[in-house]
Amino acid sequence: MKRIIDWIDERIPFTNTMKLHVTQYPAPKNFNFWYIMGSLAIVVLVNQIVTGIWLTMSYVPTAEGAFASVEYIMRDVEYGWLLRYMHSTGASAFFIVVYLHMFRGLMYGSYQKPRELLWIFGMLIFLVLMAEAFMGYMLPWGQMSFWGAQVIISLFGAIPIVGDELTTWIRGDYVISGATLNRFFALHVIALPLVLVILVFLHLIALHEVGSNNPDGVEVKRKKGSIPKEEQSKFEFHKYYADKYDIVDSIPFHPYYTVKDLVGLSVFLILFALVIFYAPTMGGFFLEGPNFEAADPMRTPEHIAPVWYFTPFYAILRAVPIKLLGVILMFGAIVLLFLLPWIDRGNTRSMRYRSGWHTLNIVQFVISFIVLGYLGVKPATDLYTLMAQIFTFLYFAFFVFLWFYSKNEKTKPLPERLTK
Amino acid sequence: MMKRFLLAVTFLLPSAVFAAGPSMSLDKANYDLTDNASLQRGAQIFVNYCMGCHNAQYQRYQRTFEDIGIPLDLGEELLQFTGDGVGAHMVSAIDKTAAAEWFGLTPPDLTLVARVRSPDWLYTFFRSFYVDESRPFGVNNEVFENVGMPWMLEELQGTPRKVWERRMVDGEMRDVYAGIRADGNGRLSADEFDQAMLDLTNFLVYVGEPVILERQRLGFFVIGFLIVLLVLTMLLKKEYWRDVK
Repeated sequence: MKRIIDWIDERIPFTNTMKLHVTQYPAPKNFNFWYIMGSLAIVVLVNQIVTGIWLTMSYVPTAEGAFASVEYIMRDVEYGWLLRYMHSTGASAFFIVVYLHMFRGLMYGSYQKPRELLWIFGMLIFLVLMAEAFMGYMLPWGQMSFWGAQVIISLFGAIPIVGDELTTWIRGDYVISGATLNRFFALHVIALPLVLVILVFLHLIALHEVGSNNPDGVEVKRKKGSIPKEEQSKFEFHKYYADKYDIVDSIPFHPYYTVKDLVGLSVFLILFALVIFYAPTMGGFFLEGPNFEAADPMRTPEHIAPVWYFTPFYAILRAVPIKLLGVILMFGAIVLLFLLPWIDRGNTRSMRYRSGWHTLNIVQFVISFIVLGYLGVKPATDLYTLMAQIFTFLYFAFFVFLWFYSKNEKTKPLPERLTK
Repeated sequence: MMKRFLLAVTFLLPSAVFAAGPSMSLDKANYDLTDNASLQRGAQIFVNYCMGCHNAQYQRYQRTFEDIGIPLDLGEELLQFTGDGVGAHMVSAIDKTAAAEWFGLTPPDLTLVARVRSPDWLYTFFRSFYVDESRPFGVNNEVFENVGMPWMLEELQGTPRKVWERRMVDGEMRDVYAGIRADGNGRLSADEFDQAMLDLTNFLVYVGEPVILERQRLGFFVIGFLIVLLVLTMLLKKEYWRDVK
């Protein structure tokens, strides 16, 4: 065994890379529940890729054959139903873990200096993920696949001058058709997954360069020579980190966080399996009822609702009577998240040591996001539209408030070391 | 405290807001996918009446016969009228172009109708046809207004009519809507007809997702395995984390 490893190490830096990123990578020892989401996102990504490959083997990307081929997978392909449900449930699970992952970053200020680029890569992943999910949702070619895509693509028509040309260019046709389905299939199975995997790689490289933040938001890599030897972490870390910093309150990622993440993964898989085996449609939220009806361009469904993970943004879009403004606000809601590292002008990262205003602001932001998500699945009545306007205002107000109070925020003193 | 609150908000709010369901009042369909006799009776009604016009085009006869316990040769003889072998999909012999002309649209495929609507909706729908001479086929439906099809099961149910009864309301006699009753000219009694419609609903739920029972059976073992895995990973974690102070 040793001889094989030596043989490899003389040719590529295998052992060194393992030490640098896994066995001697320092991670703060106080990670809590919220820190499982990143690992889970990777597991779900792998699940999507593997089940996706197998689904591709039986799926037919044509307007005539798509819907029937999905039912062929559900009925005639051995365990095809399992692959399909793993893939469809995986899509929703991806958004659940990614939203919780982003929320963690928000609570503990993980986007602050020096982790701005890490946050940007994460946001790019989120953006690509939304495009990937949107295009994937079209593939079963059901009524919601068709009409949902119709609504979303028509948004680009709101852009002045080039709008109409642009929507035609996106569809590859004057209406949504087999041509649109073909290109969405190509983008969904090759282009976007490739971009996604590259972005995930960059996200991890950026993470390992700056190191993980933690629930206290206190840096665990200290200036060289500032910490007495006996106060430093007793584990051996890669010299890439140890030569530059005195490292406190840290443990090697492997085996400590690998075994801890296995516990989280087991819990996640139980929940994941419960959905797959006992509620694969999740009451219409993961798989919508009308999507079990083949796409019919001549018949608009009574009520077009996007899948749950898009509904907060959809509610923002619908809150404004002027279409162009709605589109701008919808994209603005995402752009502002990109800018979060610069909108937050504070130096204290974690909510634990920031002002009560900050906590309150985060709470109102989360509530607004969830209420918008609820409104996005509902038909737009007068009351719901008014509510959507109020909570759209609050969503944006989060960033405005943050910009103002973060400059001279009254924060609590940070602990010298991690608290737990 | 704050942390608990945030946790609670994150997890409870979605379930609270998403709990709202449809408001239309439907009768509960107590169907039972393990009841092969019921599924077989449902299949019989489906192929004899519904499949005159409708398809279950994604489902094969063979799969159906095997899943609901009908010997293949018997099924082919009694339930398949097209003569193209048990491997064939359940497709109606009706001429689709002609049908579109007669009804104004092609009769929809019913393979997934139970998933598009719901079992309760189907069960209620079957029992909500009533005579309405203003409609082209002389019938209408309470849950599917202006439905564009004739009522094929009149032979079983009898002629269904809306019935009003004179009742004492607030001290005066009034005509109160009492629901739909059949004339009694059908082959089945009211109870027998309800049971037949439950059988048909049962069959359509099965056809909508033939794998339901297998899915639930497999899930039991998968989750059982995962619980064992969880216990082991917890012990493993505890063992390793002894070193961490």
